[in-house]
Amino acid sequence: MSNKLSAWEKVEIARSPKRKTALDYIEKIFDEFIELHGDRNFKDDKAIVCGLGTIGKKNYTIIAEQKGRTTKENIERNFGMPNPESYRKGIRFMKQSEKFKRPIITFIDTKGAYPGIGAEERGQGEAIASSMLEMAKVKVPVIAIVIGEGSSGGALALGLGNKVLMLENAIYSILSPEGYASILWKDASRAKEAAEKMKLTAQDLYDLKIIDKIIKEPKEVTDEEFEKITSKIKREIKTIISEMQNMTPEEIVEDRYQKFRNMGEYIVIK
Amino acid sequence: MIVDKMKKRAPTAKKKENKVDIQIGKWVKCDKCQEIIYKETVRKNYNICPNCGAYFRMHIGKRLETIIDEGTYKRFDLNIDTTNPLHLEEYTKKIKALRDKTDLEEAVSAGIGKINGQKVVICVMDSGFLMGSMGVVVGEKITYSIEKAIELKLPIIIFTVSGGARMQEGIVSLMQMAKTTAAISKLNEAGLLYISVLTDPTYGGVTASFASIADIILAEPGAMIGFAGKRVIEQTIGEKLPEGFQTAEFLLEHGFIDKIVERRELKETLSKLIRMSK
Ligand SMILES: [Zn+2]
Repeated sequence: MSNKLSAWEKVEIARSPKRKTALDYIEKIFDEFIELHGDRNFKDDKAIVCGLGTIGKKNYTIIAEQKGRTTKENIERNFGMPNPESYRKGIRFMKQSEKFKRPIITFIDTKGAYPGIGAEERGQGEAIASSMLEMAKVKVPVIAIVIGEGSSGGALALGLGNKVLMLENAIYSILSPEGYASILWKDASRAKEAAEKMKLTAQDLYDLKIIDKIIKEPKEVTDEEFEKITSKIKREIKTIISEMQNMTPEEIVEDRYQKFRNMGEYIVIK
Repeated sequence: MIVDKMKKRAPTAKKKENKVDIQIGKWVKCDKCQEIIYKETVRKNYNICPNCGAYFRMHIGKRLETIIDEGTYKRFDLNIDTTNPLHLEEYTKKIKALRDKTDLEEAVSAGIGKINGQKVVICVMDSGFLMGSMGVVVGEKITYSIEKAIELKLPIIIFTVSGGARMQEGIVSLMQMAKTTAAISKLNEAGLLYISVLTDPTYGGVTASFASIADIILAEPGAMIGFAGKRVIEQTIGEKLPEGFQTAEFLLEHGFIDKIVERRELKETLSKLIRMSK
């Protein structure tokens, strides 16, 4: 089922409107799912979906970036680009998951946090930072899964998992290849070249120790293949959670801390 | 994570981070009022234009001079360098050129000093080094400083100025947002004070990580602070942005910073806040 595609081909697959979205995964992976809404402060921003789910007898909190599957849904969901309220809704469910000792599963799939006037007025930067802060300290296991486009801080806001899984054809990057090319080379048309340079594929990120596991997938995902992929993710979730079941809340937090503490190599100058 | 190789670099590693001029030559032109001013006059005036009151960007040395008690700053002995994770030839050259030109080692200096006799850990970022962008070295120095504050039970002050995460290091730069934020979470557990001081400009991955989650967030007047850059927003929404958008005053108005403090008052304000948080 493995494939050899260029980084740019993966960018195109990850962005394809035909690609499965978070709710497609949630429906297959969890035995039950109930969506719950709102940040209890400003509104229910639909670029992030939150809710409760079960696998067997185990309960989970689910926080997922959701792109639309139709034009109409895309408009409702702001093309999967969260406003601050989305992150604040997520934070509300992270806090709650601690109360009910539910592990958290996040799904990452966004072009980035929305760059708009209202988003800035309502503290987009603060919302992303606070989401990461909450994820860093929450005393339950967290698994983050990059399913499509994981672009920039808007993706990382849901990324602080004890374990981070990534679909083989998903991408995870500091910025879109277009943005990267336009900042570094003042030429957005060099996006393809940027994609090859940026180390944004699952294999690159595995080699950089930024993700823990690659979920294999073919270039074209048929319904039958999607069944296989989602049951694989389901097994992974169950395995990870059972491996962590004897850890104390403090050990869970420390495990996550050490994982991110060690990200990024440097050279010591003598 | 330390790479398993050591690199030698001559004493430049501990070059003075205390001497950075605002511009070359004896004279400087104010961007705001266009007045040509004698540089020494500006330096003595907290890098503020004596004619119109505009704030010039302040480099590390000058900042430390105005905030930290004389002779008390001790830079952490943490001399580290980027591995150039994306293997960009132009990046290595750029870093070298900047080190030669600016006397700075990287976009942040971190150490311990005293503010009116009160010991603090202090980090100061510098726009003169790749626009204060955060790559692994900056992320590591900030995280190390936070961990030092926890170890020594000291308050930590971070002066930010940054374009955001450093593009040249790709995804590992992005991960520095998570690393620094997680360290702040530990600092909070330890019950220690963290004050961030946002200066012009503070954007992107720095705004969306440690800068925005301090116990107390101060900003300099007129500083531009935001998540997304103005150009990106304008392109997305297809309209011009309102007057005063993303200024420190705009953030204060919307409830995202605690106080705007004049440069001259910063030391006294910090001193007071530290004393009142004991
Ligand atoms: Zn002036």
